[in-house]
Amino acid sequence: MDNFKKIKDLFKNKKPNPADKIDITRKRFRWSDFIAEKIIKSVAFLSITIIILIFIFVFRESFPIFNFAKKEKPKTEQVSNTQEQYGVETTAPEKQEQYGVEETTAPEKQEQYGVQTTEDTTKGESFTPQEVTESGSTTDNNKSALKTLPTKVWQPVSDNPRYGLLPLLIGTIKITLISLLFAGPLAILAALYTSVFAPKRLKELIKPTIEMLAGVPSVVIGFFALMVMATFLQNLFGYDVRLNSFVGGIAMGLAAIPIIYTITEDALTAVPKTYYEASLALGASKWQTAFFVILPAATPGIFAAILLGIGRVFGETMIALMATGNAAMMGLNPFESVRTLAATIGAEMAEVVFGDTHYNVLFLIGSMLFIFTFAINAIAEFWVKGKLMKKIQGK
Amino acid sequence: MIFKKFKQDAKGFIFEGITLLSALIIIAILVVMLVVIVKGGKSMFTWEFLSTFPTEGMTKGGIFPAIFGTALLVIIMSIAAVPFGTITAIYLTEYAKENSFIARSIRFAVRTLAVIPSIIYGLFGLGFFIKFVGTGMDSIFTGGQLKWGQPNILWASLTMALLTLPVVIVSVEEALKTIPRDLREASLALGATKWQTIRKVVLPGSYSGIMTGTILAVSRGAGEVAPILFTGAAYYLATLPHSLSDQFMVLGYHIYIMSTQSANVDQTLPIQFGTTLVLLLLTFSLNFTAIILRYRIRKKRIA
Repeated sequence: MDNFKKIKDLFKNKKPNPADKIDITRKRFRWSDFIAEKIIKSVAFLSITIIILIFIFVFRESFPIFNFAKKEKPKTEQVSNTQEQYGVETTAPEKQEQYGVEETTAPEKQEQYGVQTTEDTTKGESFTPQEVTESGSTTDNNKSALKTLPTKVWQPVSDNPRYGLLPLLIGTIKITLISLLFAGPLAILAALYTSVFAPKRLKELIKPTIEMLAGVPSVVIGFFALMVMATFLQNLFGYDVRLNSFVGGIAMGLAAIPIIYTITEDALTAVPKTYYEASLALGASKWQTAFFVILPAATPGIFAAILLGIGRVFGETMIALMATGNAAMMGLNPFESVRTLAATIGAEMAEVVFGDTHYNVLFLIGSMLFIFTFAINAIAEFWVKGKLMKKIQGK
Repeated sequence: MIFKKFKQDAKGFIFEGITLLSALIIIAILVVMLVVIVKGGKSMFTWEFLSTFPTEGMTKGGIFPAIFGTALLVIIMSIAAVPFGTITAIYLTEYAKENSFIARSIRFAVRTLAVIPSIIYGLFGLGFFIKFVGTGMDSIFTGGQLKWGQPNILWASLTMALLTLPVVIVSVEEALKTIPRDLREASLALGATKWQTIRKVVLPGSYSGIMTGTILAVSRGAGEVAPILFTGAAYYLATLPHSLSDQFMVLGYHIYIMSTQSANVDQTLPIQFGTTLVLLLLTFSLNFTAIILRYRIRKKRIA
């Protein structure tokens, strides 16, 4: 299509764009080409569409919390509607059979986490099969829920539900810090070794091995942490609670290591060879060059690596569910159990009533996670990359 | 002077040693993890374990439905993710102008998709596929009767497809870039149109790249649990799923359930290790194949 226009423009003696020089010689218009191009183009926009859809739909479900004042009527209608629908689900005999096994295990669940009995009732309650809050008062619930958001108690399933996000937030930050303190130095130093010191053959052995860690599913890391690492670390450090933020942090560090390692390695390899040679020529030794020339030159890349590592740990669900003890506690002690934001969604979403306040709050947590990781990725992408380019090109 | 030199050398030795040590620690952890899981699971690794249903309240028996469910999940997922991923990659390499705004935003979207936490995909699957699309389909096709508006294997697979889309796109793009410009230009010079060139020249040259992408996506999809926690994975099912609107069992979810939610964790420990071993073998062998394929692609590019 636009070829025609360009040719027409040519005839009209308009100045052609020098960039389109081949276009004049191109063949006649073909439908198959035209359609293929349009289809390919529209499919390519799918990834952008998905991002927008995720944005819309995760927010949509958390929106009722803020929306309690307006549209009161349609809201209640909608709630009763969905309840009716899901009523069918629970009364279906097949369904009950499926979950029958699960229900019998519910009391055991408490026993299992009973190790942390010192940690108040919050925990026990959140695992009992939950009672439905009356649909009529959903708007009232939303109102009070909004007020409890910045408080210190996460107690979603009780007569007086409280949705304090602070303990979850603190738990998540605590775990992120621990895992970064563990994974960051290890991964960065290992990357320094493979990119500067290692002989070529050894590098080709070490690099894929570390990257194999990225192929280990997080549920397997969680299982390993739960079954092996937790006991080992408890014996080593002698703390009381077997599953705590320390174990969880180390396990998540294992998930973050390949990310930090790979990106740091790339950044270190991207440092121009001239830096290295100039430093050696000035009489610096190899390790001085590595630590004082190459490492600083790659700082923006390493920063991006750490950011993406944070993003990974922040949203990690399965390891958090399995290895952190899952108790929403405020303390700063690393050897206490914690509950992260992502794990809260994973643990409670399955038991929640659709359209309930609790459900909306879980989606709100999801939106927070989404915004956070989106922002982190944007920073890593634009800001850091721009800085890195500037630095390496010496502008 | 000599002493100073020696001091320098010692320092260098120490600093280099620290970096080597970090690399070795990481590898050691990985090796310990593999050894522990293989040791714990190898006694369970029998044909019977792989081919039978769980029995006696899941304390005995095999994991066949979980293996079957995982296979079904990744197959449906690949059917959805691979074509879309490939087409996006074709657009990025063949049609879009490098550094144009559109290409840059698509690349940014793809990278964002790759870093969004998997649990968010689960939420999205619940909010979009089940509650929006599924409930909508129900009201159209079944007249409000609940069929699609609940967790099932189709929604779980599609959710997983979104998660693995960036994996496919990146691999295929890498493969498409290895095809020399000369080939494309020769084809165009012989009178082929752009679409003909892509179909007859570019795509056949990138089959191994598409394969790599698919394998990596399958490996990722087989191991992820968070996105399917509430979009279709079931704790225990007595039958295999026989339609797209059925729930299903998955290896990863099985491990999670057995190790945290089950009644007697100690008694089922061998089953848990066995399941973990199966999952690990699956993802590792897939990753290994992908690495070899990718290595061959890179070699081709250099040659």
